Amino acid sequence: MYRYDEFDATMVAERAAQFRGQVARRLSGELSEDEFKPLRLMNGLYLQLHAYMLRVAIPYGTFSSRQMRRLAHAARKYDKGYGHFTTRQNIQYNWPALVDVPDLLDDLAEVEMHAIQTSGNCIRNVTSDQYAGAAADEVEDPRPWCEIIRQWSTFHPEFSFLPRKFKIAVTASDNDRAAVRVHDIGLRLHKNEAGETGFEVIVGGGLGRTPYVGHTIRDFLPKEHLLSYLEAVLRVYNLEGRRDNMYKARIKILVNAEGADHFREMVEEEWAQVNQPGIDLPREEVDRIHDYFEAPAFETLPANSTTLEERRATNREFARWLRVNTVAHKAPGYAIVNISLKPIGGIPGDISDTQMEAVADLAEQFSFDEIRATHEQNLVLPHIRKDDLYGVWAALKAAGLATANIGLVSDIIACPGLDYCTLANTRSIPIAQRISERLADLDEQEALGELKVKISGCINACGHHHVGHIGILGVDKKGEEFYQVTLGGSAAEDASIGEIVGRGLSSGDVVDAVEKLVEFYKKERKDGERFLDVYRRLGADPFKEALYEAA
Amino acid sequence: MKAITANALQDGAVVYLGDDDQWTPHLSSAARFEDGDAKDVLAAACSRIEEITEAYLISVDDSGAIIGRETIRETIRKGGPTVRLDLGLQAESCG
Repeated sequence: MYRYDEFDATMVAERAAQFRGQVARRLSGELSEDEFKPLRLMNGLYLQLHAYMLRVAIPYGTFSSRQMRRLAHAARKYDKGYGHFTTRQNIQYNWPALVDVPDLLDDLAEVEMHAIQTSGNCIRNVTSDQYAGAAADEVEDPRPWCEIIRQWSTFHPEFSFLPRKFKIAVTASDNDRAAVRVHDIGLRLHKNEAGETGFEVIVGGGLGRTPYVGHTIRDFLPKEHLLSYLEAVLRVYNLEGRRDNMYKARIKILVNAEGADHFREMVEEEWAQVNQPGIDLPREEVDRIHDYFEAPAFETLPANSTTLEERRATNREFARWLRVNTVAHKAPGYAIVNISLKPIGGIPGDISDTQMEAVADLAEQFSFDEIRATHEQNLVLPHIRKDDLYGVWAALKAAGLATANIGLVSDIIACPGLDYCTLANTRSIPIAQRISERLADLDEQEALGELKVKISGCINACGHHHVGHIGILGVDKKGEEFYQVTLGGSAAEDASIGEIVGRGLSSGDVVDAVEKLVEFYKKERKDGERFLDVYRRLGADPFKEALYEAA
Repeated sequence: MKAITANALQDGAVVYLGDDDQWTPHLSSAARFEDGDAKDVLAAACSRIEEITEAYLISVDDSGAIIGRETIRETIRKGGPTVRLDLGLQAESCG
């Protein structure tokens, strides 16, 4: 697992001490808000509608019980007893006081956590597959490469003032759970014909007001050249990316203005010039970082558990949770457990301090002390013995964390929206809650199959609506909240940007609209077809008709 | 008419400039200004950097109620998140 070396410990402690001084100078009036704002943003501290908001990094979504307990402590001591997991595998606190933030950061630093790379125009916290190191379908654990990227990118002097923020995601599976095609750079570890693993390098994807699916500029980059190649991409972007207009400053605008082929040439030319041996890590260092991620000491177990099968046969609710929320593990006798933070009618991604502690206890006792945060605002216990699944389920249920809806219609991504966010035009969370309540029946949800609903409260698209099978975008019309529906998006390996299907709907009508779309899908689907498959087969028109007929 | 709102520097809480020239969490205690005067009052308020941050004007009617196209946003700021009625000023008024 990820751990600090002496450099990290020193860097984080120094950064926390530096920020303590900056906060003191702001409170005394020595610094104006204009002077202080860039400093607080470099430390993950935003000002939202009701209070400050601190975004804490969870590098590639991997953390320990000790860290989770400290997050619970911070929620209790400095916030209002809860935290919010985001679409970037981070956690946000919605209510910390500025005067308390230095102490909060010190508390986090004690467990090797911080808010670095969670804001500002730098390379942000790198994200990855939440099943990394556990998934049966991965080529290898992507996290050592995430950690290498993290070390390289943290406080990188050349890339601390980029034209805009920059997000890198890494997956090592053909089933893309890290949305690599809609990131500034997406990296997919895969095997070439010679059986070697390397990276497909995808650039220029992104959501926001100008959504794009990324372009592959390298099918196969040998792993040892990862950093020098990334450096070349970042240099081209840093030099050529637009700085005159913040809405056109992301790399996706540059890639699409130049064309993918020309952008590739620019990168290759730069790459030929950069000091590759000086940037790429020596073999020993790569090995040393890989050692951090040594697989846990899995027991040798039979593939199937008889105690599990007995429970499955006699407990319908447990059997459903097994079907929906657990995933195949690479080690026989183990399973990956998803913890839904989307209770029916709940707030997507929110978790209380006591729930955090319940998860920490389970991870410590049953999952080799590992927890993962997902970009879909859920949590994962990556390594659970099948024999322990019933006990884990019972404990999660007692904590209100056993909703069996992973990947189903109520597993909704929603940004904080106008309930918290200064940028939002409309609320998102209440729409998620009402859709979840309207389609609450879990039998029905399971029968519908995979259906990804994603909701953003403004064009910045933090709720990923562009890549929702059903996407919902809130727009302000003369002071009223309206919602525009998009269909056919996907953030997975079959990435696509959803199409707007028609005029905006009121908050009440948009919930009806989702129900109509679901009904239409049920009528039209053939064996095994997901909502997205039917949409792609039939196209937008019949769905539009279903949505707006006799409305 | 206008009122002046901001976030308190120390904890980020929503505040309004009151009749006594002090910051208050209650919109009902906020001073109201004619549109023509509001800009100057705001400029003075913005200079109080040890007390507040992000001060700006909001539109209110004669009775002090929020009006205009930012009504939803300012109503949420005034009371708290509509999805957590146990938080923010709205929680206190429930009790």
